[in-house]
Amino acid sequence: MRLAPFRILLGLFCLLVAVWLVMPTLVIIPMSFNEKKSLAFPPSGFSWQWYANFFTNPDWLSSFFNSLRVAGLVAVAATLIGTLASLGLSRMKHSGAGLLRAILITPMIVPGVVLAIGIYAVYLDYQLVGTTTGFVIAHTMLAIPFVIIAVSASLEVFDVRLETAAASLGANRFTTFRTVTMPLIAPGILSGLLFAFVTSFDEIIVALFITSPYLKTLPVQIFTSITRDADPTVTAVGTIIFIATTLIISAGLIISSKSTRS
Amino acid sequence: MTARERGAAIDIKGATKRYGNFTALDDVSLHIEPGEFMTLLGPSGSGKTTTLNVVAGFTDLTAGDLAVGGKSIVALPAHKRNIGVVFQHYALFPHMTVGKNVAYPLTLRGMDKQARDRLVVRALDMVKMADFAHRYPSELSGGQQQRVALARAIVFDPPLLLMDEPLGALDKKLREWLQLEIKRIHRELGTTFVYVTHDQEEALVLSDRIAVFNQGRIEQVGTGRQLYDEPTTLFVAKFIGESTSLRGEAQASGDQTSLTIAGQKIVAYGKLAGGRKPVVLLRPEKLSLAGTNTPPAAGQNSLTGEVSEAIYLGSGSKYQVTLRDGSVAIVRSSLEATPFSIGDTVDLRWSVVDAKLLADDDRADMTMT
Repeated sequence: MRLAPFRILLGLFCLLVAVWLVMPTLVIIPMSFNEKKSLAFPPSGFSWQWYANFFTNPDWLSSFFNSLRVAGLVAVAATLIGTLASLGLSRMKHSGAGLLRAILITPMIVPGVVLAIGIYAVYLDYQLVGTTTGFVIAHTMLAIPFVIIAVSASLEVFDVRLETAAASLGANRFTTFRTVTMPLIAPGILSGLLFAFVTSFDEIIVALFITSPYLKTLPVQIFTSITRDADPTVTAVGTIIFIATTLIISAGLIISSKSTRS
Repeated sequence: MTARERGAAIDIKGATKRYGNFTALDDVSLHIEPGEFMTLLGPSGSGKTTTLNVVAGFTDLTAGDLAVGGKSIVALPAHKRNIGVVFQHYALFPHMTVGKNVAYPLTLRGMDKQARDRLVVRALDMVKMADFAHRYPSELSGGQQQRVALARAIVFDPPLLLMDEPLGALDKKLREWLQLEIKRIHRELGTTFVYVTHDQEEALVLSDRIAVFNQGRIEQVGTGRQLYDEPTTLFVAKFIGESTSLRGEAQASGDQTSLTIAGQKIVAYGKLAGGRKPVVLLRPEKLSLAGTNTPPAAGQNSLTGEVSEAIYLGSGSKYQVTLRDGSVAIVRSSLEATPFSIGDTVDLRWSVVDAKLLADDDRADMTMT
């Protein structure tokens, strides 16, 4: 019983940390229903107008579809390259594998702004600034580490001896991959795909550097909108992205945890 | 076509496999008859699994040749060899049902569904797993999984089936039952079986012939009886069954070699060329115990020792006798024999003709019985 006050204090502290962590996210949801054109908190009144604005304003819609297109292409490219890289790494026996893996993971560790400067410098020379190709190449590089991590986790629990068994039954290497390896690491590939999509979809640092008035992604549009005028549409967009991202990432986590358990 | 003719002959000639400085297989040659049940027996690292992997195509040879049914297959990749393989770890595809697993090699061969289903049912029937076609491997016990793996390896009717310690992960009772099942399936199929194990009892139960491997070489090939009764090396003698080996001051005279052990002299037929140190090898059932006051019969050897262990086995007794030079003899005696107890001073007796004279070999001491 003497512990009770201490336990209450501990509970309060934990609650405080939890609030601190989720508050910024939760603040935007009520703000997105604000009646007035202001970013003041707490909001007043209730309206769907900022959601309506998002779906009717061509600036918002085009940037949304740009993001969708870039993220879609990035997801495919990063998954393809990342999966092949993971397969190669898992089959490499000598010490070079560790170094190679580290190199492939670096885009995740190097500060985004450093990468952005480098990418921008190169893109100016090759006229890739403000192009879909430019966005896809840069974002794919950022997304590959996530695919490698997800697929490698799947390969870790994959029993390579099954491939030997498939060979003894008459399957060549490609058939073995198609009928045995891929179905068994599919959860890892799928969660890698989702992570790659999200990485590109909400990427802002590199995007700010290589964007142009003709090709803006959604995060860039949010940033320019909020710095130019206090348009509460950003909170509606934020809410939409928050919900969509949460769904996708949870799906990815559920899929990958299932694959490592089986 | 009779069952026997469906298997393929295998010829391994001068097979050598080196990994850097390590020689896993050292000039191994072995002929296996069509339809034969050949067991590769040996301790771990002796080269038996390497040999199996070479035949399956999972490992390349450094030198040598390998022919199945008279045709060299050295250059063929594993998936073109048409050889069934059963692994110790089952290696069933976890994302496919039992039926899909067994149908897998048939699907790869482009067989239509009807013919495929018929063969799958037949193969599953053979291993008594027909009721489990819709289950997933994770829902089966180890023994059931291995039976499915066996069905999958025989369903495409390969002329040769390789088994790599298939019962190694199962408990003793299940193992003994599956041994008989494997024997029955071998009889019914007439396929050539090559079976790898480190368990000499399993080898004796299953095989037509056994090849005993040691340090990358074949020590001896023969039937279980040949290996037990007529071992050509001390390693084989110690690996198959129990035995007592006696060492002492050797002297050859005529067709006999005599050994002086702690002052007592024994003789054995034969002599060793090249001045190699001889060992006299005795099987436990060829030995008998007698009181030191009874004289040995004609043609019998006798050595004095002390009973250090006496075990009643029901069908008879087993004794350990520590001889005067410190070596230990293992004796099996029938129920009618006079019983002895620990501490008794006894004479160890055997007929001269029952002893085997072999060259001493310190590699043989590495094995445990």
